Amino acid sequence: MTPAATANPDLPASSRDLFALTKPRVMSLVVFTGLCGLLVAPVPVHPVLGFAAVLCIALGAGAAGALNQWYEADLDAKMKRTASRPLPAGRMTRQTALHFGVGLSVFSVILMDLAANHLAAAILAVSILFYVLVYTVWLKRRTAQNIVIGGAAGAFPPLIGWVAATGHVSALPILLFAIIFLWTPPHFWALSLFVKTDYANAGVPMLPVVAGVTNTRSQITLYTLPMIAAAIAPWAMGLTGWIYGVSSMALNAVFLFLALAVLANKATEPKQMKPEKRLFAFSILYLFAIFAALVIDAKVLA
Amino acid sequence: MTHDEEEVIRKRQRERSRLLAILLGAFALLMFGITIAKMSINQ
Repeated sequence: MTPAATANPDLPASSRDLFALTKPRVMSLVVFTGLCGLLVAPVPVHPVLGFAAVLCIALGAGAAGALNQWYEADLDAKMKRTASRPLPAGRMTRQTALHFGVGLSVFSVILMDLAANHLAAAILAVSILFYVLVYTVWLKRRTAQNIVIGGAAGAFPPLIGWVAATGHVSALPILLFAIIFLWTPPHFWALSLFVKTDYANAGVPMLPVVAGVTNTRSQITLYTLPMIAAAIAPWAMGLTGWIYGVSSMALNAVFLFLALAVLANKATEPKQMKPEKRLFAFSILYLFAIFAALVIDAKVLA
Repeated sequence: MTHDEEEVIRKRQRERSRLLAILLGAFALLMFGITIAKMSINQ
């Protein structure tokens, strides 16, 4: 196989590239939080139906990722971080990505409706449309608030998991939604600080590009505070037990400490942005850990 | 079309056909599982 042959978009797309189109790394976090939403629901879920619901959340997230890459192929080609994706690298046609994304979206919503209930399917459809239309098409290229509002798309999975199990929305899944929604800005702004040049070259108005590095650092700290409040609220409101409460306190204390370290950093060169890289890495661990604590708390103290 | 490209096309078509067969089989099994699970819940 020659390199020329593999980079020809007219050839049928390989299954590996179709899989890459679903943003598997992002999907892992989505699947995990969706599964946690399902597991903390106060009703027993049939294992097959639970599996199908989580599968639908994964497929829906993958579909949204594929449609995002279909729309942003031009942007991805300009950024080092994304230039090797199937579309900018010329290994697939845009039409293939569009058909794959739309097909997967429709399939995931229909399957969710069959396996769980209408409400879970409707929220899944809204989350896909929100990510594609509101975040990707409308906000991303227009405003520095792109990920503040767009972050809602990534916050839906625990809510969908809960609704798939119970059939209704209540306080805890709304708080889980709020945690991810408020976690998204500090998480993405920490990343955008050390890949600022990439975003600037691609013309994406991320906060560090538009408002500067110092302002972004202040915003990270400002958004960390309501995130902490949302993360402690399930315990403070008596919706979880002490295991979640203690874990949440500890994780939030570390998050705040790292956010303050970012605020104190005055560097403008990516090489000197260790606090930002630390916060970004920890923020991923934070979300996994806080949802894991929630499930452990629910199962141990049930 | 070069010989190399033709070979890649055939290889990818085979790969996709196999994958599709596996996915269709998995889908049929999943639908069967969902049906049985829903029936057992409603009983």
